[in-house]
Amino acid sequence: MRILVIEDDIETAGYIAKGLKEHGHTVDQAIDGKDGLFMALENDYDILILDRMLPALDGLSILKTLRSSDRQTPVIILSALGEVDDRVQGLKAGGDDYLVKPFAFSELLARIEALLRRGEIKPDIRLLKVADLELDRLTHTVKRAGKTINLQPREYVILEFLLQHAGQIVTRTMLLESVWDYHFDPQTNIIDVHISRLRNKIDRDFEPALLQTVRGAGYCLHEPAPESG
Amino acid sequence: MQPRLLRSFSFRLALTYMALFGTSVLLLLWFIYWSTAAYMSRQADATIAAEITGLEERYDMDGLAGLINVINERLSRKPTGSSIYLLTTAINTPIAGNLNRWPAIRADKDGWLSFQLENAGLGKNKIHLARARSFTLSGDFHLLVGRDIYELEETQQRIIRTLILGFVITLVLGGIGGFVLNRRVAKRLESINTTSREIIDGDLSRRIPRQHSGDEFDTLAGNLNVMLDRIEELMDDVRRVSDNIAHDLRTPLARLRNRLELLRAEQEKANQDPTLAEQSISEADGLLKTFNALLRIAHIETRQRTEAFCEIDMGALLHDVVELYEPLAEEKDQSLSLQADTNVHRQGDRDLLFQAMANLLDNAIKYTPAQGQIRISLDSNGITVADSGPGIPESERLQVLQRFYRLEKSRTTPGSGLGLSLVAAVAGIHGMTLRLEDNQPGLRVHCAFPPPHSQTIGES
Repeated sequence: MRILVIEDDIETAGYIAKGLKEHGHTVDQAIDGKDGLFMALENDYDILILDRMLPALDGLSILKTLRSSDRQTPVIILSALGEVDDRVQGLKAGGDDYLVKPFAFSELLARIEALLRRGEIKPDIRLLKVADLELDRLTHTVKRAGKTINLQPREYVILEFLLQHAGQIVTRTMLLESVWDYHFDPQTNIIDVHISRLRNKIDRDFEPALLQTVRGAGYCLHEPAPESG
Repeated sequence: MQPRLLRSFSFRLALTYMALFGTSVLLLLWFIYWSTAAYMSRQADATIAAEITGLEERYDMDGLAGLINVINERLSRKPTGSSIYLLTTAINTPIAGNLNRWPAIRADKDGWLSFQLENAGLGKNKIHLARARSFTLSGDFHLLVGRDIYELEETQQRIIRTLILGFVITLVLGGIGGFVLNRRVAKRLESINTTSREIIDGDLSRRIPRQHSGDEFDTLAGNLNVMLDRIEELMDDVRRVSDNIAHDLRTPLARLRNRLELLRAEQEKANQDPTLAEQSISEADGLLKTFNALLRIAHIETRQRTEAFCEIDMGALLHDVVELYEPLAEEKDQSLSLQADTNVHRQGDRDLLFQAMANLLDNAIKYTPAQGQIRISLDSNGITVADSGPGIPESERLQVLQRFYRLEKSRTTPGSGLGLSLVAAVAGIHGMTLRLEDNQPGLRVHCAFPPPHSQTIGES
């Protein structure tokens, strides 16, 4: 995928670019707003990573210009400003996601993946499935290997989100924001407790384990590759 | 309770001014009366007294005939004026004078008589009053000298009426003046108060309007505005300093973390043990978290109150927090209960309120031993989070709200010492009052909602 990073802090930009290249993406960099806007308009990128505070032209102005010239490229806004109204402003201006600095690279990567595969999520699809785990969105039932599993309402929503992003890394923050819809900073890793409860229900009595913890990043629901592979 | 109007300083001022003004006017009018109407009466009495002395002397000199002559002569003088004379014998048979008979009235102790003239002889239908003095001459003749005081009375009445009218007009004018004065003062004070309230409500950019008249109110407004400019500058400084800290310290910290992450990746690739790098990353994460929390508190405290506020269903919010933390309490075998009145709505910042409630619940679960109880309740007065943990000694209840303050016994438990400070900051911008109480045993944290329609904000 082709990604443009518009970030004036060269170290941060270099770090993002290096990480993305290692994950197989093509990365262009711009260190001020004017160059960034020019590059975004001239080329066809799959995703834009945009710092909010930039010399020459600030992030939100770039975003507004892009959207008004009908560029629908997904944009992740990076910002040191983390308060709700700043976030709302960023999303209103046409951003697709908002990440507060400093962030772990794994968080950014997970969000890029989620944005790139956004097109694959079909909101009206009835049956979500990974291996022998099935979730029926019409009857709100969950089955594994044909056995019905009783889930609490919130566990159901977590599983639905994980299934929609099957094969992708889902971070704890993404879960908090999407499943609970609150932007806050838990003092305890409360999400882990919810995940372990869910895991007890869908994985404990079955083989193989589908819900994996990805160290330093989050969780991933997928069918493990066969032992031989 | 005093009525609202009486509590108004300018109204009381106007009232005092009216009372003082009214009294002075009354004194002045009394003096005018004393030096006109009363003086006229005194003059009239003095004239009568002088005439009696004159007539008495004449009688002594010329006898009865002389006296009758003088009386007749005076009565025939044109114009007759308003003089009244009556000379009678001892048995009150008139001898001379223009009065038919002795008035059927007794003289007062000074010998003065006031009576109504039966036949004024002036052909007018008005009642004429007379004031006279009687005198007994030697030989037992009675002499009455008086005056028709109709004109005098009339003039006095007119003076009194004029004075009363004057007093009423003065009072009315004074009242109007006082009212206008009161309104003007009240209006200018009100404009200062309105602006102050808007500033308290978070709009620090407001300034008190000036009229440039150079009076005391204008000077006061000017001084307050300069003071507000200073406060705004200081607030901006605080904001700038924290922004600088954010930029100057947080960024290198983030870079450090990034490099550690790269190091871990490289170590993993080279099949080396990444434990050290991982530990360093989590240390850096802890630092960043503390840092973010600190900046967040500073930001909330200097933030303008009402931006991004919307109506929040407090019951639903608490339900969400409890639901999020339930598994954690369950792991410790604690009972977690929520008792919420329905339909409690308040203006607020949803994410911040959630954060504050999550911090309170997190603390309660952390410090309450296994099998303990945590009860959360909501009513129209506020939110209470009560636990059966060790509680907080009374002497330390205020200090725990300060940044980085930790109880001696909880030093070993993980945490930044910022959780409750953040709760206090969030409560502060919502106008809530935070109270820590003894739950016997345990801690009870009560967040009291601001009274409805309150104009000022309680500091937490």
